[in-house]
Amino acid sequence: MVTRVLVPAGVLGLGFDAAALARGVAARPDIICIDGGSTDSGPYALGAGQSKYSRSATKSEWRALMRARAEAGVPLVIGTAGTCGTDATVDWMGQITAELAAELGQSLRVARLYSSQPAGRVIDAWAAGRLHPLVPAPEISAARIAALSNIVALAGAEQIQAALATGAQIVIAGRTTDTATIAALPLARGEPAGAVWHGAKIAECGALCSTNPTSGVIVVTFDADGFTVEPMAEDACCTPHSVSAHMLYENADPFVLHEPGGQLDVRGASYRALDDRRVRVEGSRWLPGRYTVKLEGAALAGYQTTILALLRDPHYVAHACAWVARLQGYLAAQIALRMGLDPAAYGLEFRLIGRDAALGALENRAGAAVEVGVLGIVTAATQELASEIGKLINPFVLHYPLTDSEELPTFAFPFSPATTDRGALYEFALNHVMELDDPMSAFRLTVSEVGDGAAG
Amino acid sequence: MARLGEVVLKVRSKNAGPFWLTLDVFCGSPEVYATVAAGLASARVAALFATPEAVVRRFDLPDLAVIKFSLPRPVVQGSRGDRDMHGAQWAVLLAEAELD
Repeated sequence: MVTRVLVPAGVLGLGFDAAALARGVAARPDIICIDGGSTDSGPYALGAGQSKYSRSATKSEWRALMRARAEAGVPLVIGTAGTCGTDATVDWMGQITAELAAELGQSLRVARLYSSQPAGRVIDAWAAGRLHPLVPAPEISAARIAALSNIVALAGAEQIQAALATGAQIVIAGRTTDTATIAALPLARGEPAGAVWHGAKIAECGALCSTNPTSGVIVVTFDADGFTVEPMAEDACCTPHSVSAHMLYENADPFVLHEPGGQLDVRGASYRALDDRRVRVEGSRWLPGRYTVKLEGAALAGYQTTILALLRDPHYVAHACAWVARLQGYLAAQIALRMGLDPAAYGLEFRLIGRDAALGALENRAGAAVEVGVLGIVTAATQELASEIGKLINPFVLHYPLTDSEELPTFAFPFSPATTDRGALYEFALNHVMELDDPMSAFRLTVSEVGDGAAG
Repeated sequence: MARLGEVVLKVRSKNAGPFWLTLDVFCGSPEVYATVAAGLASARVAALFATPEAVVRRFDLPDLAVIKFSLPRPVVQGSRGDRDMHGAQWAVLLAEAELD
């Protein structure tokens, strides 16, 4: 059998080439799959249970994909809906889908796969020895797990297959592995698992495996002996180098990829150019193993207020490090004196932009800066407290002198007010896998009818 | 000696999940690959990132003329001390290293 998967882009929200999408639909795919998320922007999306992409960008791209689905007459699947794949962002995507179905006059069955994990389930798994740390893993305890703001499990192919088996035309999945949505249908149709997972990994970032990454659209075709990958943009090419190099991307190990229920090993894979735009891959192996799902969790780590000052005075630029060290000591004393706060009760960090703000202690170069940005970051248990500390330090960040014997400087503040409340700070708190006896035991599936003629 | 970034096509770094950093050195030719493979010890990379050498994973990929290093992120992505959410600027530290 042959199974053809159309991947319009690496993620919903970054755009794709409309003409390439039309060519992809004309290639008669069996399914259209796109990823909706990633941890790459940091823990905030998961912590807050929000999409990082704008609703309008998401809706306009999803409209194009819902039209493509109708034309192709095949299922459309999004994985990790709304950046983080929590239940809340699945429902957010579901609402967008319902609006579009009505606007487009489409009548659809929509399956929602929920990946959020109640803390109790994860605590039980931990107590039963069914939670296994990856390297490096944060310390966990029952209390720590209970305090996480959101926990999701990364679904694999099995859960997407269950969603497709409902007959849904659209599947909105919560957190999945990057590859799961692409792998699900080919595996269900009996294509070889080694080729399927490898092809899914190559295609999961869309046209990033080609010479024109921003064009987005890729078609990957699986058969009994391997897979073929082809970009849909006219000016894009896949070469054995562009395809094989994609295994390096955001992968700690370029040869082995862990998925629920086993691992992919591509050490024996061969990459061959079929012509100047298509690449054929054979020889990838799938090694079945214990069924585990990876967990992601975010913990609230305080609230932040920032302040930014610019030093242009050459005297202060030259002595910025000494100045900020002296300022820091003075501010700690002022905060203790006026607020009664011990330094252990809050965080106050200054980063010198123009010296080492990007690399910190790892920076090994020094140059003559023209100006230095002073980024002050306050972290405290509540926003009120962080904001109060920000206001307290504000006049000193503006006027503090390098020595007692010089007049008060005034630095450049780009903003009024000088401080900005950043809201909650979250941190990733899990790097663990959870054993499951039944792949669906940690996931929920619901089906609804939306659009024209749908009840409710 | 030359700096790494002056002899190779590209040095790239990215997160590999929130807990790992991965660095790809695209050498561009077998000759450059041979030079870099011999002149860039894993211990150098570990020292640049103030990381124990034992946790630095190295992959030599002659077919791609790529040398890849993966290490636990110097700071977990997005935690309070993180300065680079996507981990892409750490590549510069490696690109500016001098070859042995």
